[in-house]
Amino acid sequence: MNAQELLAIADDELILGWRNSEWTGIAPFLEEDVAFSSIAQNEIGHARAIYQIVAAELGTTADELAFDRKPAEYRCSQFVELRVVPDWARTIARQVLYEQADEKRIKALMESEDEQVAGLAAKIDREEAYHRMHAQMWDERLQDEPRYVEALEEMRPLVDRRDGHLPEFEQLWEEMTEVRRSVPGATW
Amino acid sequence: MVTEAQVWVALAEIPDPEIPPISIVDLGVVRDVSVENGTVHVEFTPTFLGCPALEVMRDQMADRIRELGAEPDVEVILDDSWSTDRITPEGREKLRAAGFAPPAPREAGAPQLVQLQSRSFKCPYCGSTDTRLDNIFGPTPCRSVRYCESCRQPFEQFKTI
Repeated sequence: MNAQELLAIADDELILGWRNSEWTGIAPFLEEDVAFSSIAQNEIGHARAIYQIVAAELGTTADELAFDRKPAEYRCSQFVELRVVPDWARTIARQVLYEQADEKRIKALMESEDEQVAGLAAKIDREEAYHRMHAQMWDERLQDEPRYVEALEEMRPLVDRRDGHLPEFEQLWEEMTEVRRSVPGATW
Repeated sequence: MVTEAQVWVALAEIPDPEIPPISIVDLGVVRDVSVENGTVHVEFTPTFLGCPALEVMRDQMADRIRELGAEPDVEVILDDSWSTDRITPEGREKLRAAGFAPPAPREAGAPQLVQLQSRSFKCPYCGSTDTRLDNIFGPTPCRSVRYCESCRQPFEQFKTI
């Protein structure tokens, strides 16, 4: 697994974490407010840990990778960039499809010859088990709901699309990097 | 010259920033302590990767080591070596007494939704297993929320990882 491939995974986790945090305070009910906030926190934690490994290889820092690149340099998929709030069916559809795809690549990373990468992937996998249970619970609940089924069909082809970014990514990037850009060179 | 035993004693006095009744040594996040030429090397494993208490714990360990007159070198180990199984028996009892149900033992496979939804988790207040899952997620990433049908009390269940 080279640095650019790891970077794509970290970028996916960071951007999906950001998108999931958009439910904080406005989810349909309190339990999901807590769930999406917690999932977002975990995903951003995974991104940070992967950025640290990549940063050591590239001679930079996790913060620089997360916040100092230009939008075009991010390697996340268009799928995680989609702004789905306030559509619950599309939110759950993305979460279910993402967890399925993410599980495959995390399991593959656990087999990596790089011990540091394999060890981190094993830890991430244990946390992701709870995201998968959350996705499964909602998939079972919504499986006969036409809006959910439609959202799955619409989104399935987008899961690994990495040819450029969606227009809404620019705004996410502006918000996400705003604080850091406001005080160049500050130590956080 | 500070000894490893003195460092362990000092670290055992640092409370978990999010669950103060239990210390970071009870929590099992200190994997190893070694002393060499006045520098104390600590191997520290985070609980959850996104846990905001990580930096707080790391800085508190460094402060305590400086108070002992040594130079701290706290290394954060990002692998799978921490598990909720590393919480000490004393730590588990302190959790329970504070109203947090201790984690179930780690099993070979990943935990399953059907297990979480089963009535096999014990209420930390009354001991009944007549408890249901209210939310897989809770106030911090390491906890779920359950409800005891017997004493009608919601409680926090430590996740098994």
